[in-house]
Amino acid sequence: MSFPWAKHYKPSHPLMVWLDEKLPLPRFVHGAIGGGYPVPRNLNYFWNFGVLAGFCLVLQIATGVILAMHYAANSGVAFDSVEHIMRDVNWGWMLRYGHANGASAFFVVVYIHIFRGFFYSSYKAPREMIWLLGVTIFLLMMATAFMGYVLPWGQMSFWGAKVITGLFSAIPIVGEPLQQWLLGGFAPDNAALNRFFSLHFLLPFVIAGVIILHIWALHIPGSSNPTGIDVKQESDTVPFHPYYTAKDGFGLGVFLLIYAAFVFFMPNALGHPDNYIAANPMSTPAHIVPEWYFWPFYAILRAFTADFLFIPAKLMGVLAMFSAILCWFFLPWLDTSPVRSGHYRPLFRKFFYILVLDVLVLGFCGGSPAETKYVLISQIASAYYFLHFLVILPVVSSIEKPEPLPFSITESVLGTDAAATA
Amino acid sequence: MVRIFGPLVGLFFAAALLWSFGVGAVQLIREPEPSTAVKDFHLPPKEVKFTFDGPFGTFDKPQLQRGFQVYKEVCSNCHSLKQIAFRNLADLGYNDAEVKAIAKQWGTKAKTFDPKTGDAGERDNTPADHIPAVYYAGTGNPPDLSLITKARHEGPAYVYSLLTGYTTQPAALLKKYPDSATPDGLYYNPYFANLNIAMPAPLTTDGQVTYTDGTKSTVGQMAKDVAAFLTWTAEPKMEKRKQTGWAVLGFLLAATALAYLAKRNIWSDMH
Repeated sequence: MSFPWAKHYKPSHPLMVWLDEKLPLPRFVHGAIGGGYPVPRNLNYFWNFGVLAGFCLVLQIATGVILAMHYAANSGVAFDSVEHIMRDVNWGWMLRYGHANGASAFFVVVYIHIFRGFFYSSYKAPREMIWLLGVTIFLLMMATAFMGYVLPWGQMSFWGAKVITGLFSAIPIVGEPLQQWLLGGFAPDNAALNRFFSLHFLLPFVIAGVIILHIWALHIPGSSNPTGIDVKQESDTVPFHPYYTAKDGFGLGVFLLIYAAFVFFMPNALGHPDNYIAANPMSTPAHIVPEWYFWPFYAILRAFTADFLFIPAKLMGVLAMFSAILCWFFLPWLDTSPVRSGHYRPLFRKFFYILVLDVLVLGFCGGSPAETKYVLISQIASAYYFLHFLVILPVVSSIEKPEPLPFSITESVLGTDAAATA
Repeated sequence: MVRIFGPLVGLFFAAALLWSFGVGAVQLIREPEPSTAVKDFHLPPKEVKFTFDGPFGTFDKPQLQRGFQVYKEVCSNCHSLKQIAFRNLADLGYNDAEVKAIAKQWGTKAKTFDPKTGDAGERDNTPADHIPAVYYAGTGNPPDLSLITKARHEGPAYVYSLLTGYTTQPAALLKKYPDSATPDGLYYNPYFANLNIAMPAPLTTDGQVTYTDGTKSTVGQMAKDVAAFLTWTAEPKMEKRKQTGWAVLGFLLAATALAYLAKRNIWSDMH
């Protein structure tokens, strides 16, 4: 899609004219991320994170494909093959640390991208489909990251796989056969490791496909913006290139600086030491914890400690953990306020900041040992989490009186807009 | 529909959580979580400085050689080091002839098997061989040490603390937790996760290893040297990693500065 003032692609070189007739790929790029895509002129740095997320996927695929050339997906040698990469493969240590920290970087970027969406209600009409595809991408990322963490076949790999696949056994009647079918055995073993490797290689390309749909859906209404009001006129927008290519270039530089600091100077800071111990089915680690990016959801899973209305606690935990993400799918219809941006929603804004704090507390509890005090905190925090999305948002959007909106994006940037007084 | 079922689902989960919270809180008040000997007496690793600390840190090769000597003469009796090949020891500053000699003179020999006769045999190790596995028949299960400093929180300090941390069980512990007396065949060490370790103190007396470089081999010195050596075995590419990191950060800093100037230039007519 495009606004009427979007610049059309005009090839000048004869070769480009020829190419445009045979396969208009340059025309497509021009319209997607070039001068032919008008974007609101007031995007702040939170709008850099979509491009950064795309960059992370490319980074993970590039490092991952090379790692797969040296890794052996066999439970007998997987752990040693990772050490072979670290020691004997040229630059193998950099590829592996880059890939492991790349996963963390991908989640940091995507969490900021998602919370940007929460604050500016990026999920609201006409952008519901972009949001639904985005939540789908997040679910696929979680599956991919989980299976990737199993591949080094260390202690946390093995026991993490056992705990997470064990969740399926909470489902009544079909649970246990389902778990055995997923694992290809009674416990994680060679069959499970092989299929996890296969799926870990496949899913990133599925993610890439859904990202194409995500961006396609974005180009129909165009990007939202910090004021949340619609684009009215040409002065509200700038062409994506060179304005946002330049801004994204700077953002990418800052991102890479932080990423490189982790890869080269604290590559194991975000990992768990137990994963440098080879998997041992006979020895359970003292605390089984997933990677940091799963901690908030792990805290919700563990918060259900008592049976409720004849539903076993374990099943409640599993249902709640999945619902914690699935409820995002319904946000466009739960939040009915006509105003998009949190800047003009005083009550919503307060609850948004409580939610950020709440998720940080959940993350802290999820990474802590399962001691009573942390469980009690996570129970209150989990309750707030569900109340926020499913009760507070609908109520706030119906009782809140939003602040006045600017006339146009141009006015919000320049202070005045000739069209407003005309 | 969403606006009817959404809040109901939300209230359902919140009610279940508050129920769990109530049950847990009542239980905590009735029977507070008992304190344990581990909670009261386990210690975090000691503060200890190494040359490889920090973003500019490098290995001290003479120290790694001393640490290797401690491993060879003490640890290797029970612990394997399977990720390390003799050829890797060149990193510690040994020349080719020295590496060959170390491999040849290594006590545990490489295993051979003759498929024609079916005979199993032994031969001297070569630089291409990995340090051979050790067969240990005693109690406990000595872990492979190749990655030990990355497999424990604050690994190098942990190894140092464990090796220098053996002590008799405090009277206060026995008084408060009479059931937690160290069982026969185990040894009390407050730096070990459950306080009682199957490994007897390996470094007991000063001068246990005679260093060839003249360094005085106190127990603390030997423990520190072997901790440094095991940091190298876990992360042999550490120096290259940090050097590369500085080059990468330098390049990125320059590139980001240019990107910032380009962005300012392009946006200059837009504010």
